[in-house]
Amino acid sequence: MADELLIRTEELVKVFPMGRSEVRALNRVSLDFRAGEFAGLVGPSGSGKTTFLNVVGSLDAPTSGSAEVLGRRIEGLSHREAADLRNRSIGFIFQTFNLLPVYTAYENVEFPLLLLRVPAAQRRRMVMDALEWVGLADRSRSRPAQLSGGESQRVAIARAVVKRPPLLLADEPTANLDAENSHHILRTMAALNRELGTTFLFATHDEKVIAYLHRKITLVDGRVERDEPLTPAAGRETGP
Amino acid sequence: MITLRLALRNILGTGIRAWLNAFIISIALVASSWNQGVVAGMDEQAARAARDLEYGGGQYWQESYDPYDPLTLEEAHSPLPEELRRLVNEGKATAVLMMQGSIYPQGRMRSILLKGIDPRQHVLDFPTSALSAAGAGLPALIGGRFARAVDLARGDTVTLRWREPGGAFNAEDATIVHVMQTTLAAIDNNQAWLPLDRLQEMARLPGAATLVVLAPGTAPLSAPPGWVFRDPDFLLRDLRELVKTKSVGRVVLLVIFLSLGMLAIFDTQVLAIFRRRREIGTLVALGFTRGQVVRLFTLEGALHGVLAVLLGAAWGLPLLWLQARLGFAVPPGTEDMGISIGERIYPAYGAGYILGVAVLSLAVTTVVSLLPSRRIARLKPTDALRGRAS
Ligand SMILES: Nc1ncnc2c1ncn2[C@@H]1O[C@H](COP(=O)(O)OP(=O)(O)OP(=O)(O)O)[C@@H](O)[C@H]1O
Ligand SMILES: [Mg+2]
Repeated sequence: MADELLIRTEELVKVFPMGRSEVRALNRVSLDFRAGEFAGLVGPSGSGKTTFLNVVGSLDAPTSGSAEVLGRRIEGLSHREAADLRNRSIGFIFQTFNLLPVYTAYENVEFPLLLLRVPAAQRRRMVMDALEWVGLADRSRSRPAQLSGGESQRVAIARAVVKRPPLLLADEPTANLDAENSHHILRTMAALNRELGTTFLFATHDEKVIAYLHRKITLVDGRVERDEPLTPAAGRETGP
Repeated sequence: MITLRLALRNILGTGIRAWLNAFIISIALVASSWNQGVVAGMDEQAARAARDLEYGGGQYWQESYDPYDPLTLEEAHSPLPEELRRLVNEGKATAVLMMQGSIYPQGRMRSILLKGIDPRQHVLDFPTSALSAAGAGLPALIGGRFARAVDLARGDTVTLRWREPGGAFNAEDATIVHVMQTTLAAIDNNQAWLPLDRLQEMARLPGAATLVVLAPGTAPLSAPPGWVFRDPDFLLRDLRELVKTKSVGRVVLLVIFLSLGMLAIFDTQVLAIFRRRREIGTLVALGFTRGQVVRLFTLEGALHGVLAVLLGAAWGLPLLWLQARLGFAVPPGTEDMGISIGERIYPAYGAGYILGVAVLSLAVTTVVSLLPSRRIARLKPTDALRGRAS
């Protein structure tokens, strides 16, 4: 399973119109990711990191080239199929946490399971498991407004992993967090990667994140400039 | 189901704004229902008064009679045909003879209608029995409004003048034996009621009548030759027309408040979609389809309508019920509206009408919510996640 191909992009191009001219956000990006990876896209602002995650996450269609994610061709998906793929197989973590403000922590984590029509008893167990992984089982009744940034991001992580998706996309997950909270959530994600085998793909320029990565891909102006394996410097052995 | 649940949470989470929008719509619902009830109540009361005091179960008109043309009165009388006379004798009808005349209160001449009616009749519910008062010479019964207009009171005498068939004028002093208080202008304005046999003598028309009023609830015979039967519907037509013109108010109320409510909802929706772009993007990332997002926002808007109906029921129904029980005093000046109502109006609400406006407001809120929600379909999820409008 560890060697199973999860993502393959070939000559991926994404062009955004920009007034009269255009911006080439991705320029012939060909990358493979295997199941169980803990990889990150790094690079200066505007280099195309977010755009790559969006295409892989089926939120955006490439201009040309192809992206195969979990055996599905992203270019050919209908709206409904793309929604279904995200619903079943992809978890998203955002810089701004993006919790649903009217729901409690518990309900936020439960939400993807409701979409998947998971039966109630099983749902309850899965939600509590996910909240325990991120260390927030005791805050399940809190609303997003009552949570700190670090806690919010941990709830968001629980929401992303509760359905045990094979792929998790995290765009600048630490950008709004202090060092302590950043390390906390990174340790959590590393543990989930190890224990559940979830593949993580980050977009970041945060050195703290890079310290946890197994693989670092450097993008510059929409091109892959370097793709290198890393020996994680940070304490990956500590649990969540 | 999940969209409904989320919509409910979202709308209850917006707090005061949602309730304010709903409240405005609930005003439209309640005010319009109230207005409808008042008009229907007035209609009902006026129709009842007209039936009890004037129309009975319908009227047989002498064929020349035209209530809108007093000049026809000279011709509009015939001796009662056998069939009608039998109804009268059985107490199932009463005959009325009409004739033009004039009175001279305080020396000024005033044209009035002289109406003859049997003092012992029980077909119409007004005090004709006063006309059987003994020793009054020529007794006359008049309405309160007319009494005030010509400054006559019970016990006063007044000179009546009328034209006999030959063309000669005749005159006689009449005594006001009773002033009846009635809300029905048709038996009050500009007229004096006399005993039927006396008026027949004065007009030299023994046994004649202008019309015959059928007792309410009596099955009508087919009209004898020379007479026309007018059923209650026909007789109430003018009243109904009048009431209809007064219902315009309720439509205006409904339209004004409903539009205000809709404007508020539209505004709320547009704002919500703008402010909640990131949330929309998140929902899409979590696996919502665009259709589901549109449905969510439409539902949120439509729920304002549901809140409005609940809110309207909560504060409006008790109020409407109380109003129907207590009624309210007829505001001064209403007398001149031309329909007769009691001193108090008791609204008669139509359950169908109330239900109808409730359903209407639900339908309209849904449409109004759907319009801005369609913009979501044009919102790219990636832009939405960045918090950008497309
Ligand atoms: N929706 C869009 N419309 C137009 N241009 C866009 C759009 N999205 C991204 N771009 C452009 O594409 C380029 C790559 O953007 P992207 O967001 O992928 O960069 P990034 O590497 O994630 O940057 P950052 O580190 O600042 O998040 C940038 O020049 C950006 O301006
Ligand atoms: Mg980015």
